[in-house]
Order: sequence, then C-alpha cells, then structure tokens
Amino acid sequence: MDILNALVVFLNFVFIPAAAYGAQLALGALGVTLIYGILRFSNFAHGDTMAFGTAIVILLTWGLQALGISAGPLPTALIALPLGIALTALLVLGTDRAVYRFYRRQKAAPIILVMASVGVMFVMNGLTRLLIGVDEYRFDDGARFIIDVRTFREMTGLPEGLALRSTQALTLVVAILVMIALFWFLNRTKSGKAMRAYSDNEDLALLSGIDPERVVRLTWIIAAGLATIAGTLYGLDKSFKAFNYFQILLPIFAAAIVGGLGNPLGAIAGGFLVAFSEVAVTYPWVRVVGYLAPWYEPGGLMQLLGTEYKFAVSFVILIIVLLFRPTGLFRGKSV
Amino acid sequence: MATNRQATASSSRWRAPILFAILAILFVLEGTVRNSMFSGSWNTSLAILNMGLLSAITALGVNMQWGYAGLFNVGVVGFLAMGALAPVLVALPPVEGAWAAGGPRLLLALAVGLGTLALAKLAWTRTRSGIIVVIVLIAGFVTYRWLFDPAVIAIEGNNPARHGNIGGLGMPVLLSWVVGGVFAAAAAWGIGKVALGLRSDYLAIATLGIGEIIVAVLRNEDWLARGVKNITSIPRPVASEVALQRNPDFVDFAARWGFPAAEASGIWVKLSYMSLFLVVLLVIILLAELALKSPWGRMMRAIRDNETAAEAMGKDVTRRHLQVFILGSAVIGVAGAMMVTLDGLLAPTSYNPLRYTFLIWVMVIVGGSGNNWGAVLGAVTIWFLWIKAEVWGPALIALLTGPLPDSAFKAHLLDSAPHMRFIAMGLVLLLVLRFAPRGLLPEK
Amino acid sequence: MSDQDAAFGNRGNRDLSVVNSKGRGTIDGTRRSGPTGPGRAGDPFLIGEAMTGGYGKGADILHDCTIAVEKGQIAVIVGPNGAGKSTAMKAIFGMLNLRGGSVRLNGQDITALNPQDRVKAGMGFVPQVNNIFPSMSVEENLEMGAYIRNDDIKPTLEQVYDLFPAVAAKRRQAAGELSGGQRQQVAVGRALMTQPSVLMLDEPTAGVSPIVMDELFDRIIAIARGGLPVLMVEQNARQAMMIADKAYVLVQGANAHTGTGAELMQNDEVRRTFLGG
Repeated sequence: MDILNALVVFLNFVFIPAAAYGAQLALGALGVTLIYGILRFSNFAHGDTMAFGTAIVILLTWGLQALGISAGPLPTALIALPLGIALTALLVLGTDRAVYRFYRRQKAAPIILVMASVGVMFVMNGLTRLLIGVDEYRFDDGARFIIDVRTFREMTGLPEGLALRSTQALTLVVAILVMIALFWFLNRTKSGKAMRAYSDNEDLALLSGIDPERVVRLTWIIAAGLATIAGTLYGLDKSFKAFNYFQILLPIFAAAIVGGLGNPLGAIAGGFLVAFSEVAVTYPWVRVVGYLAPWYEPGGLMQLLGTEYKFAVSFVILIIVLLFRPTGLFRGKSV
Repeated sequence: MATNRQATASSSRWRAPILFAILAILFVLEGTVRNSMFSGSWNTSLAILNMGLLSAITALGVNMQWGYAGLFNVGVVGFLAMGALAPVLVALPPVEGAWAAGGPRLLLALAVGLGTLALAKLAWTRTRSGIIVVIVLIAGFVTYRWLFDPAVIAIEGNNPARHGNIGGLGMPVLLSWVVGGVFAAAAAWGIGKVALGLRSDYLAIATLGIGEIIVAVLRNEDWLARGVKNITSIPRPVASEVALQRNPDFVDFAARWGFPAAEASGIWVKLSYMSLFLVVLLVIILLAELALKSPWGRMMRAIRDNETAAEAMGKDVTRRHLQVFILGSAVIGVAGAMMVTLDGLLAPTSYNPLRYTFLIWVMVIVGGSGNNWGAVLGAVTIWFLWIKAEVWGPALIALLTGPLPDSAFKAHLLDSAPHMRFIAMGLVLLLVLRFAPRGLLPEK
Repeated sequence: MSDQDAAFGNRGNRDLSVVNSKGRGTIDGTRRSGPTGPGRAGDPFLIGEAMTGGYGKGADILHDCTIAVEKGQIAVIVGPNGAGKSTAMKAIFGMLNLRGGSVRLNGQDITALNPQDRVKAGMGFVPQVNNIFPSMSVEENLEMGAYIRNDDIKPTLEQVYDLFPAVAAKRRQAAGELSGGQRQQVAVGRALMTQPSVLMLDEPTAGVSPIVMDELFDRIIAIARGGLPVLMVEQNARQAMMIADKAYVLVQGANAHTGTGAELMQNDEVRRTFLGG
C-alpha cells in the first residue's frame, strides 16, 4: 500500500508534470534543431517566435470566446491554433525574405545568421509586446481535469490523490501526434527527404534538382508550426508571459544540444531528459521517501536544489553529456 | 570588395572623429534643448552618458572576446552580475553578528563544494571510473549541504528585516571594482575551462547557461546579497548631492554659474562619476590596444584568422582562447561593479539578458567588431537611442495616430508605444548587419 | 569568401552550439536561369566550346577551352594538377561564370541555365568529393537522385542495383558508413537515377584502391556502351586514356592535346609529360 502511495505521489508530482513539460521542450527543441540542421544556425529568435505565435493564438482565442465559440471540454485555443500557426508562419517567412535570404544568397558564414537572429529576436520581442503586452495571462478553458484528486481517492481508496489536468493530457497527445507526423514527413515523403538531403549536403541536393529555396520555406513553416504549438501548449499548461518564453530558450537549446544538434530524435530525447531531470532535482522527495522508508526521519524536504535553480539543471546535464559524448546522445546532424 | 576596402581606408581618418562629434552634439542637445525630442536637462544627459560609458566598458569586454578571438559570449548578464556582487561583499560595512552566526561554516561549505568538484575531476583523471566519481560527488554534496544549510539559516536569521546577509568588509568601493573583475574572471575561468576544453566548442550555450545561473544565485541566495530584497546604500566613491547642497561653498559656486543648488549638485555628482568612468575606460582601451599590438595580440589575431594554421604552428589555441575569454569577462565584471556603484543599489531582478547581454551585442556589432573605439561609439550611441526611444516611440505613435479618432485600438497603441524600442534596436542591428556589416568604425 | 564573410573575419564559426558548417553549400541556389537557344548543326551531343572564365569575380582559369562528348562514347579530361580539369567540368555544368564561349547539349544552347536546370535538361553530375548524402540510406540517396522525376523509379532503381550489386546489399544502410569505393558507386548511382542523357564524373576513382578502381572503370564502360555518353575528369591518366574514345589534355586551362585515347598514348610529348615515359 505504501509503495502504491509513493508511486501515486511520484506520478502526480514528478512524472506527469515532467512528461508534459518534456513534451513542450521537445517540440521547441525540434524547431531549433530543424533550423540548425537546414539553415545551419541556432535561432535565438525561436523563444520569441513561440511567444509571438502564442500571443496570436491567445488573441484569436479571445475573439472566439467573444463570439461564443468553444471546443466543449477542450480549450478554445485548440480551434485558434491552425490560424495562429498560419499567421506565425507568414511572419517567419516574411523575416526570411527580409533578413535571412540575403545572407543565404551571399553564402555568408552561419555566424552572421546568428547575429541576424538576435536582431529578429528584438523585433519579435517588441512585436509581441505591442500585440499583447508583458502581463501574465491564463487562457485555458474547458474541462480543468481529466482525473481530479478527490475522484482518484474515491476510486482507489488511497490517501494520496492523483490529478491529471486536461492541459497535461492534451500536451502529451498533441505532442505525440505532431512528432509522429513530423517523423512520417521527414522519413517517408519526398519533400521531407529533400529536407534531410539539403541538410546533409546542400550542393548535392541542388545537383539532384532539389529547389533550395523551397526546402528553406518548408523548414520555416514547420519551425513556426512547432514553435506555435509548443508555445501554446506551454501557455495552456502554465500561463503565458512573454518573458518566460525568452527564458525557456536555455532548456530548449540544452535539449537540442544534448540530443545532438540537427537530430530530431535527439531533440525529443533531450527535451524529456532535461524536463525529467529538472523536475526530479527540484522536487522535494520527502513524501515519497516517507512512504518508502517510514523509519527514516529526514531533516529537511529532501530537495536537491531549489526550484529557482531549475535552469542550472539543464545546464549541468548539458555539460555532463558534452563531456562524455561531445556529439550529443544521438550524434548531431541528420535532419 | 577591394574598392570597398580602399574607400573605407581613405575616409577612416575622419570617420571616427566625425561620428564621435555627432554623438557629442546629441548629448549637448539633450542637455540644452527642451522639446518633444530632448529633455533639456544636463542631469538627464549626463545620466545617459554615464550609463553609456559603463555600457562602453562592457562592450569593450565583449569586443575583446569577439573581436580578438571570435568567442561568442551570450552570458554577459551573468558576468555583469558577478561583478555587481563585489561592491556588496567588499565595500559594504560588515553586518553585525552575521559572521559569528555562520561565516566560517559557510566558507567551509563553499570550500567543500569546490573541493568536491576538484576531487571528482582528479578521481576521473586518475581512475577513469564513473562509480568513484559519483561516490565522490554524492559524498561531497551531502557534506556540503550539511555544512551549508544551517549556516545559511543562521545568517539569514540574523536581523532579517534589515540585513540577513553576510555583509561586506567595509573596504573602499573603488577597490571593489577590481574585485568585481576578479570575480567575473574566476567565473569565466570555470566555465571556459569546461566549455573550451570540450572536443568541440560549445561556448555560446555554456555562457548562456552560466549567465542564467549566476543571476539566479543572486536572486535567490539571500545570505549573499539579500536576493530580491535588494541591497541599497552601497558606498559612493564621490560626494553625495545632499552633502553638496549643505556646503555653502558649493552653493556659492553653483550660483555663480547660474544653477540652483539642487540641479548643480546632481550635475556635479554625475560629472565626478563621469571622470572616474572615463579614467577606467581610457585605461582599459590603452591596455587593450597595447595588448593587441604586442606579440600576444598578433598571435590572437593569427589564431582568429586561421585557427588550423595556428594550431599547426604549435600554438595552443584553446589556452589562448581561455586567456582572452577570462580577460574580457574581467572587464565586463569591472563594468558590473561600476554599474552597481553608480546606482548605489543591487537589484537582481533587473538583470535581464535582453538588456544586459543582447543589447551589448547590438552595441558591439553596430560599433564595429574588433575595433575598440567602435565598441565605445556603438555602446554610447545605442544606449542613447535605447533611452530616447522610450520617449521618441510614444511621440512618434502619437504623431501617427493623431488623426485617428479615439478608440481602444489607439489607446492600446499609445500604451504599448514604449515597447517600440525593442523593434527599433532589432531594426538597427539588422540594418547595420545588412548594409555595413563591419560596423560604424570598421576594424583596420 | 564573400563580403559578408570578410565582415566578421573568421569569428565565431567554431562554436558548434550556434553554427553548423557541415554540409554548407558553395553553389548559389538562388541564381535564375536565362533562356536557352538553338544549338549548331553538326554539334557533338554535349560540347563546351571556347569556354573562358573563372570563379566569381576572380581571375580566369579557363582560356578558350573546348570539351565535347559524342553519344555512346567516353571522353576524359586529363592533365597535370591545377590544369583546370575540374573547373572545365564545372563550367560545363554552370557552376562558374563564363565570360566567353558556350555550352550546348543535344541541339540546345544551355549556356544561361543554372545548375539545377541543367540537371532537368538531362545532365547528371557526380562531384569529386561530398557526392553522397551521408546520413541517408543508400536507397534514399538514390531516391534523391530521382527527385525531379514523377514517374515510377523502381525499374531504374533495379538497374542501378544490377549495375552495383555491392551497394544493393546495403540499401538500408547509411551511405556515410560505406567504404570509399561503395560511396563512389552510390554517387554514380544517384546521378544515374535522374536518367540523364549525359553523365559527368569528376575524378570518380580518387582515393579508392586499384582493384576498386578497375571495377569502377568496368562499370563506367558498361554505362557508356549502354548508350549514355560519359564525360569524366581523371587523375590516373593512363587507365583513363585506355578506356577513352576521346581524350582532352589540358594545360593551364587551355587545350594542349586532343585526340582518341589511343592516339594520345602514342604521342611522345603526352607520354613524356603525363604518363611518365
């Protein structure tokens, strides 16, 4: 019984939140890794692309809510998502046309694209602020829980409760669907394979008749889609605050690098690895231990690190992985 | 391309003086002309200039790393924060009872923490056994927490309303500027040792991480600098406004120049800071230029231009990179300490990477990668624009939306107009990258 | 190096956490094609005639250089190091700026086409290095070769596998994991997948063992006897001339000797300077 209770506490406070967070990070890292693999630079504007996409989705959600449209038990944001992705993709394609394409034509060193992405980051940050401001918003509606604590207790008779919020379940379902779709696209379709070919060897892709500009456009659209979905899911699960989306850039980069930059599978693994470590290291284990080892009287909360230091966790994982596997868990570069 | 270079070479003699003169005119306008664009206050103008000079020192540090060695440091905010710690720990008067409450134990804890890492490293190089390393780390961590937690609780429990921190040493604040540099250099050594020593270079992401971590430490370790409760009353290296206003000689002196005492005291204080900052700035530029012209600097540039060749010639590239990374970070740390001294306040929540990392990058790129005077010009210009954009943005929006009828949309635009400066900075960077990628003052 | 590269010197491009230089391209993919014109009567199947030009705005490397290949034949370009052999090949493929001369294929003047459109016009090109997609499987490499085709590629795929049984056995393996010789086979196979009307090979035997080299030459002869004209640059002049219907000896970017392989093998000067006596 105590083992069951410990398991429930673990699921409730560590596993479920970490899985949802990991899915959000993985989606973000997929976008970063695709851009890195195909456009060959780390996009510092990705966090702000996520924020911008989410801001659009929120505005659309408010519009839909004002019109009285809802998705029943699901959050209204889900209806707004496709249009939000489309608008974000338009903006991102616009930045490519206005900023990045010039350097591509010049065959400029990738570092210049990194610098340009810093400029784009400023612009997008400003746009998001103009659009929605710097305040914190919650925009989840529909059913709050799939299982709430009380129902779970009544169902199982255990003293410990387990809650599964609908946003968490939704995050996992959507993330898994998106990942399956992405992998199917990259590995099974002609356009997806063309993207991988371009990432592997630009010149040879051109010599095979692949239109580089088309590959780049596709990449931006997919990255914008991933960013908007990741941002919306993160916002639904926690809340929307533009600055948090900037800060999430570090764990996202860490996830992409840990997995091996340019490798989509690695990005997913990295996302979950970073998320689980973050939650596990900053969770106070005292209750789990209390059930597993009732004879032991810990002095404190049995928390390895304060939650404020969760960014340190992604950083330490990054360093450890790079020390032992310099190319990342899954070897970089094979978009 | 060849013609391009010639053109810049022939115009470059006058380019720098002209650009600096234009900048000076902007500051004079800010100090003298009062309209919708300028404040007409010397106090405002000098305040912008002072912060601009500090940004210039920071930009010089970044320019050493980027311009001389091509290292991409995106953790500038962290090194500034590291330097900011120095005035608090060095110049603040000691907190009564704090040291007795847990000082030695705290130091011991930190020593154990560092010792554990060193031991783990030693264990790894000697035994190559992961298990031993893990055992060392776990044992070290447990000991560290056993020593650390009670010490922190004791220190933070010591007069928490006013202090609750370890306190300073009561030494001169100017000394703390040097210490700030040392702090940042130490952090840079740690991070550079790891990130530059990896088989491939992952410095950017490492600095991004360490930047966040240092700021998080500052925010949350109340024993260190009171965390988000902020430290105020950091000692000043110059006279205070109040003291000046009480001094009859100064009031007379101000009256002779036609300024009221309150305004004059502000200007006087800012001028004093400005002189201090200028001295530091010029010393750093002098040292940087001398270093660049020395054999060491020539080697740095040789490495930057062709790493493979330099490596083949037996140069230890990683070591050189580590050196320049530490030096640049030290300069950033000095700037961090100076910033806190100027504000008289350490507010960890204000350390925002957009403002303290990426804006500095805009300054370096706009000024001209690799050119020290360019970094200074870029820093002061961008800082001026950054501050004034907050005023000009709403003015512009008000002008543009003037004909529109009052509506929620117009109100929203007016409300969010101050955010225009982010867009403006992004556009400045993008335009410079596109049309003058070598910056306002290109490297020679 | 572009102006943009000069702007930042060599800075920052080592940092793997922000930049990815692997697989970067050198060909400008944004260049648009100009119109094609009519060919000339009596042209060989493919001819680069009186080509003069160099890379970008740099000095001319080719001087009035002419290379041609007839249907069903093998033409080789040989010459000392730095003679502009690969450059001549790239010029025919539209990868450098021609200041003079023209390229004509199958009765069409294609001088103004960009490389992508030359592929569509029927040219298959195998670069000397970086000629496979290393992280993709052998089969995917071949599929990418057929990217511009919309018909059923299965028969061509089988033909390529018949031609190169060694890579057929490894069709699911990542091409980057294969041996040097097998990579070259994949590279040639990829070019064949477009069903080109002419195949251009830039030093296909560079860096492979002599046994593998012989096998590759056998395959190339087989391809040519199947009716597909082959134009190739070769470092191993003797072997190349033995299989060549037509050989071009280039010196400093200009034609020095031209003739059938056998003729040139008999030529004293060619023998002395290039074939080691």
